[in-house]
Amino acid sequence: MLLLSAAISTWAIIAVIVVASTAGDVLTARTMKSVGDLDEIRARSGLLGAARAVVTSKTFLCGVFFMAVGFFSLLTALSWADVSLVAPAAASLTFVTNAIAAQFFLNENVDQRRWIAALLVFAGVALLAR
Amino acid sequence: MTASETQQISGSATAHHHVHSMSFIRYVLLALIILGSTYGDVYLAKGMKQIGGISLGRWHDLLFAPFNPYVALGIVLLMIFYISYLASLSWADLSYIMPATTFGYVLTALAAHFMLGEHVSVTRWMGIIMITAGVGFITGGPSLTITPTPEGVSPHLEVHS
Repeated sequence: MLLLSAAISTWAIIAVIVVASTAGDVLTARTMKSVGDLDEIRARSGLLGAARAVVTSKTFLCGVFFMAVGFFSLLTALSWADVSLVAPAAASLTFVTNAIAAQFFLNENVDQRRWIAALLVFAGVALLAR
Repeated sequence: MTASETQQISGSATAHHHVHSMSFIRYVLLALIILGSTYGDVYLAKGMKQIGGISLGRWHDLLFAPFNPYVALGIVLLMIFYISYLASLSWADLSYIMPATTFGYVLTALAAHFMLGEHVSVTRWMGIIMITAGVGFITGGPSLTITPTPEGVSPHLEVHS
């Protein structure tokens, strides 16, 4: 019984990591896309100009907030369970939710190849969970 | 790596998209993303194993976790990862960069076994390998969603030239 509830709380905190990291990734990716190619900005206004273009964006700050939530959840998960379970599970599920979010919020072209990869990831995570 | 090899790499990547060519520095960034996230996680885990299980009633113990040297090292590595990751996002799709990093899971499992003494079961290995294989599907694809160029080059024929 104790083991079961430990497993449930581990997967619950992994779910929190996944949701928070996805929000963080989408918001930062959105910032970087609107900013454009950093090499070009650096050529125009220097390294500081490039940094300022990123850091002063509200979207970016929101992204950082969600990444912080994800980070402290990750620390909690790592204090409860093996890193060889937590790291692949959290990151790969984040990859799948990112692919979905990228299609809806960033208008990236998520082709069939990426969806097949997502299915394999789910199967892999199911194996991790056993 | 010789100059001609670098040329070849950037050459085959340019076949995908003419504007955003893949240069040597971008492969270095990709390596920093993979190694930073892998070893970052492993050192965080090492530190958190020292600190012990966080109970939700004492969640504020987490705020002191970064003062553990291993957690601090993990954070530095993850910052290297994150900066490389952000820089890469300005020239490639999120759904391309994320999967490229999953190769690091194999490294994470190896490091967890050899550095932390975790028992990585056969099913867990199978899961990790399946995830990495699934993600391998992606890396042959174009790295950035762009509108087709007037020249109309077929990217898939030139991927592994």
